[in-house]
Amino acid sequence: MTPSTPRPADPAPVLAIEDLRIRFVTRDGAVRAVNGLSLSVGRGETLGIVGESGSGKSQTFLAAMGLLARNARVEGSIRFEGREMIGAGPRALNAVRGKRMTMIFQDPMTSLTPHMRIGRQLTEVLEHHEGLSREAARARAVEMLELARIPDARARLASYPHEFSGGMRQRVMIALALLTNPALVIADEPTTALDVTVQAQILALLARMTASGETSVILISHDLGVIAGLCDRVVVMYAGEVMEEGPAEALFANPQHPYTRGLLRSVPRLDRAGGDLVPIAGQPPDLEALPPGCPFAPRCPHVFDRCHTEHPALRPAAAVPSWRKACHLDGFETPPQREGA
Amino acid sequence: MAAFVLRRLLIALPTLFVIVTLAFFMMRIAPGGPFDGERALPPEIEANLKAAYNLDAPLPEQYLRYLGGLLRGDFGPSFKTKDFTVAELILTGLPVSMKVGAGALVLALFFGVLLGTIGALRQNSAIDHSVMSLAIIGITIPTFVTAPVLSLVFGVYLGWLPAGGWHEGSLGALILPWIVLSLPLIAIISRLTRTGMIEALRSNFVRTARAKGLPEPVVVIRHALPAAITPLVSYLGPAAAGLLTGSLIVEKIFALPGIGRYFVDGALARDYTLVLGVVVVFATAIVVLNLIADILYGLLDPRVRYS
Ligand SMILES: Nc1ncnc2c1ncn2[C@@H]1O[C@H](COP(=O)(O)OP(=O)(O)OP(=O)(O)O)[C@@H](O)[C@H]1O
Ligand SMILES: [Mg+2]
Repeated sequence: MTPSTPRPADPAPVLAIEDLRIRFVTRDGAVRAVNGLSLSVGRGETLGIVGESGSGKSQTFLAAMGLLARNARVEGSIRFEGREMIGAGPRALNAVRGKRMTMIFQDPMTSLTPHMRIGRQLTEVLEHHEGLSREAARARAVEMLELARIPDARARLASYPHEFSGGMRQRVMIALALLTNPALVIADEPTTALDVTVQAQILALLARMTASGETSVILISHDLGVIAGLCDRVVVMYAGEVMEEGPAEALFANPQHPYTRGLLRSVPRLDRAGGDLVPIAGQPPDLEALPPGCPFAPRCPHVFDRCHTEHPALRPAAAVPSWRKACHLDGFETPPQREGA
Repeated sequence: MAAFVLRRLLIALPTLFVIVTLAFFMMRIAPGGPFDGERALPPEIEANLKAAYNLDAPLPEQYLRYLGGLLRGDFGPSFKTKDFTVAELILTGLPVSMKVGAGALVLALFFGVLLGTIGALRQNSAIDHSVMSLAIIGITIPTFVTAPVLSLVFGVYLGWLPAGGWHEGSLGALILPWIVLSLPLIAIISRLTRTGMIEALRSNFVRTARAKGLPEPVVVIRHALPAAITPLVSYLGPAAAGLLTGSLIVEKIFALPGIGRYFVDGALARDYTLVLGVVVVFATAIVVLNLIADILYGLLDPRVRYS
């Protein structure tokens, strides 16, 4: 997880999503949460996912874990280490999740089982996936909690989740996610629910614990600063589609999609001085009635006729081949300006 | 933990005292007395009887004497069942009631939790709908209907089981009372379990358990079930007390020698001490079972443990 060295696309990605579509069948109709999304994550790579609330970030990766709600209908392909996850049965899914692919959820306060001791919640994974004895599993759990900088780890095995602070619980979740040395960790807004003061520590911990390069990380976040600082590559999502993707640092320095530019102006960033925040105008898309053209067209300040009729495909956005965008516009020479900056 | 139990029992003492006091005076306000028969007794004999049982003393004195007896574990003599003390009657009746009630409770818990869980796992399926419809029927049909009907069908027409009677507590004699007593409870428990389980299955921690790749039965039983049945526990305390101390209706209809029967018979006969004795047993059972329920609650939800 070093920000400065974007890796070349791995010939055999850990996770490859192709033309993913997720619909939710509801009483009022179909909610089209993900609409033809493709992306991949290389071995050891840290991929950032950004997008406004409701852009389909969580559902995309819940689909990879086989954790979608029952009213979800999925099409397309998600291959993890060469195995197709869509339509996989419970046995096939359970052989992978919690072992090779793990997930850290947004809300550490409710994501651990309240009536079970922390120790058991960790050891059950090792006993189930690696056939460790209870003793060996406990030893490994202590080791992992120590790596996650939980003080007095051995004694804390006997604690219940409510006896930990939010930040400590998220450390437990990180330890849990990395217990089995997985090939991919999906961290879905791991710090959103935490105090600002703890957020940086948790992210640093995640970065340190995955630094060996064996584990790929998908970091979902609203916080562009977080993504820019930690990720090799970034995917910008809107209405369940990729709007723009590319090397994190370069992309944020001068985004090529009007939506990314809007996002950048709408969130505070520590590394950028002054200027007022400008929220993106208009409403988030109605996933039950998406327009035929570009989904962002109704809110785009640069919109023109073609945007309303023709759906833009992903195409190269700059000289770097891995930098692509789904936009009919030519491009932007200079970074977006904030009013008053 | 020991301190918690002790504290709770101490808190319960004043409650028990109030219940006994209320019951004592309410019995006495009710018209009639233990020796009012079809034929009036000759005045001298009635006076002698009253003197023998201390009923001629002023009411406050009788009350204090009764309390004093209770403190020594003496429930007094029964007015109607001559030669027996109330304690003896309760000690013969209580085991019968508890055997009937405990069996019904176990049945109700097992099937209630099982059906509720299946309903939640197959939410809105045909199984779910039929279980829940049966549950509604179970709740609405009263025991005084199911008891005679089942007794008639299985006892009289089919002759598979005794239609009534204790038969030294043989399994055959217990089955119908167990079923009759557990049916309404199964209905309630399965509904409560289903609701709790649906909520638990939607929770974030069950999602985490699934994300761990644990097999579904482990997810459901280890992670979801304890959370799902936590709300059940607070309902079960009083329900279990009612069951274990004898059901008036079921003991009457199946002619079981439990203490529920003593309560009805004792009340009708103005057998003051017997009724009070049963009331004390019932109130104590409620206190103790609520305490057990609270301890269980703490086991299921460590956040509320013994505070
Ligand atoms: N079970 C469901 N039924 C109907 N709609 C759903 C269901 N689950 C998710 N959605 C919808 O799918 C869309 C995408 O949700 P998703 O959770 O992926 O958003 P997100 O990008 O992760 O947003 P956030 O940043 O708020 O977490 C949302 O509009 C959401 O309301
Ligand atoms: Mg989300």
